[in-house]
Amino acid sequence: MDVLILQLFNGISVSSILLLIALGLAITFGLMKVINMAHGELIMIGAYAAYMMQNLFQSYMPESAFNWYFVVAIPFSFAIAFVIGLLLETVLIRFLYGRPLDSLLATWGVGLMLQQLARTIFGAPNVGVTSPTWLDGGMTILGDVVLPYKRLFIIALVAVVLAAMYLYINRSHAGRRMRAVMQNREMAACLGISTRRVDAVTFAIGSGIAGIAGCALTLIGPIGPSLGTYYIVDAFMVVVLGGVGKLVGTVFGALGIGLSNTLFEYWTTASLGKVLVFLCIVAFLQWKPSGLIAMRTRSLD
Amino acid sequence: MSQKVWKRVSLLLVALCIVLAGCSNNANNTTTTTSTNAGSEGAADSNASSDDSGEIKVGILHSLSGTMAISEVSVKDAEMMAIEEINAKGGVLGKKLVPVIEDGASDWPTFAEKARKLISEDKVATVFGGWTSASRKAMLPVFEELNGLLWYPVQYEGLESSPNIFYTGATTNQQIVPAVSWLLENKGKKFYLLGSDYVFPRTANKIIKEQLKAEGGELVGEEYTPLGHTDYSTIISKIKEAKPEVVFNTLNGDSNVAFFKQLKDAGFTAQDMTTLSVSVAEEEIRGIGADVLAGHLAAWNYYQTTDTPENKTFVENYKKKYGEDRVTADPIEAGYDAVYLWAAAVEKAGSTDVDKVKEAAKELEWDAPEGKVKIDGETQHLYKTVRIGEVQTDGQFKEVWNSGEPVKPDPYLKGYEWASSLSSGN
Repeated sequence: MDVLILQLFNGISVSSILLLIALGLAITFGLMKVINMAHGELIMIGAYAAYMMQNLFQSYMPESAFNWYFVVAIPFSFAIAFVIGLLLETVLIRFLYGRPLDSLLATWGVGLMLQQLARTIFGAPNVGVTSPTWLDGGMTILGDVVLPYKRLFIIALVAVVLAAMYLYINRSHAGRRMRAVMQNREMAACLGISTRRVDAVTFAIGSGIAGIAGCALTLIGPIGPSLGTYYIVDAFMVVVLGGVGKLVGTVFGALGIGLSNTLFEYWTTASLGKVLVFLCIVAFLQWKPSGLIAMRTRSLD
Repeated sequence: MSQKVWKRVSLLLVALCIVLAGCSNNANNTTTTTSTNAGSEGAADSNASSDDSGEIKVGILHSLSGTMAISEVSVKDAEMMAIEEINAKGGVLGKKLVPVIEDGASDWPTFAEKARKLISEDKVATVFGGWTSASRKAMLPVFEELNGLLWYPVQYEGLESSPNIFYTGATTNQQIVPAVSWLLENKGKKFYLLGSDYVFPRTANKIIKEQLKAEGGELVGEEYTPLGHTDYSTIISKIKEAKPEVVFNTLNGDSNVAFFKQLKDAGFTAQDMTTLSVSVAEEEIRGIGADVLAGHLAAWNYYQTTDTPENKTFVENYKKKYGEDRVTADPIEAGYDAVYLWAAAVEKAGSTDVDKVKEAAKELEWDAPEGKVKIDGETQHLYKTVRIGEVQTDGQFKEVWNSGEPVKPDPYLKGYEWASSLSSGN
């Protein structure tokens, strides 16, 4: 019984992590159709931004303030990844819209360059980020089940990011313009929307969210130049399974993969569990090629 | 009409020229970037390792990019330092050593290809390189075919002894086997084996399982995770259910960071349950965080804190050269040893000829930072002292046990009754 509850919690926790890494991609790939292989490296940039913020706090702030570096690091990671995403879009991606294969190769190359850049700046070995003490330990329920605060924090963070994105896309003017451009570019342009600007901002937001994901991952995972490569495949899986073009789909995609992954891993082994999850995804996409929740619009082929 | 055809032909020619120019440019680039000494241009085509030129070329082949760069760059640094130190003292046989550095790029076929290039094109006298067993296994046939010489600096799973490789890291009976015996005696009988899913952990665990059977231990669980696995919540609940007294950890690379961070969050401390790792050294501790690892154990042959006069100078020089915040670790030290051992063997042989060097290296002794080491002539492994260390809050190890004297290498575990099925089975 205890184990069942713990595994259920683990499943939700894994789903929340998957969702966090896939949310940015749901925008850049889901909405903009850019096969952004450098998404993982944007996550890595977010993680290194958190590392930089930690070092800044260690050097220039009183020790009592150290625990709060993480609160500052989240918006900082977003900002850094946002700026680099904006740069990437202006210099490269904007020439590649509508050419998925080219964008795949080009962003793959950018990813490799960013990895090597991180290796040059921060050195090849992993760096350590000390998590704030208020996230140490966990909540004990039912006597023996420990729910780590870090995992609870990530679940909460995902909820906040998701809510913010929902509000931005569905309730703000900028979000409305974004939806208009993604759904019917020509008509939006006819109505006087600067599609160029919308593209740039949308891509940058997707990158910024990848930055937040990187910052959160410093709590539970490694921080090194190749960090992005561990998450990129999962991120694409979530978006493809969820259905390209819909955020709700991404949420269900993450839940599906996260829960089934923990269950299969519990019943079998880590390697076999992963294989089973992939098999299920392939089978599901055979049955429903457009994913869990299909976007219905005339402009999307 | 004919003019048009001519135009096309000339265009094609121009294109061809550009391509060719690009190629030759490329070729030039690689030779100049790889041979670090610009003065050796003329020596490159003659036999550089022969006796008439004033320098000896040696190859360094590690992953400087890709996932393994995390570990291998530091080993390369240590080897470069050894080469510089030897050059400062007048070189080998009165000649300067010139390193030719190649990048294996964490890709095993690349290792084989670059090894071939180093031996046949650069004509290096020896190669220092490799980290993963996969990279060693990829290079092995090349070195045997071309009769080259490889110095491999990392602890590995044993069951191998190539005539063209010197192994300066530990084999199983110098790390894993004594660690298991020590744990059985001091920490508990119930073992949980956790490793990354590739050749080293699987072979190591096969050995451990035989040993547990023979020495009265009990196996309560065994798990492998893919390389680069980052979520250990499920594994940790499995461990929790199995209630082991000891977790023997053969995870490699970044997975260790995720595992230990999440283990701590799940409420396990080193007091509740002992973990002993064989791939976590001082460098990895920095990436995981000393606060997360404090109290956990590791088995190696060398720690930065190992108390010998040679180690004091080694650590001092390494920090002076690469920065105060850098640390030394077992494979780094083994890479450093390799260069000195090879140099000593060449001095003794009076030549860089591979067969003569191998002959001279037999039973060669050297005072390494880890203490006295000796090359075993039969297996070309080193006699090494085994040490078990406990991670302290400053990220360094405190030695809790050592074997007292260098242990004779036994890669096929011939000296252990229970291991008889292993070497024949492989």
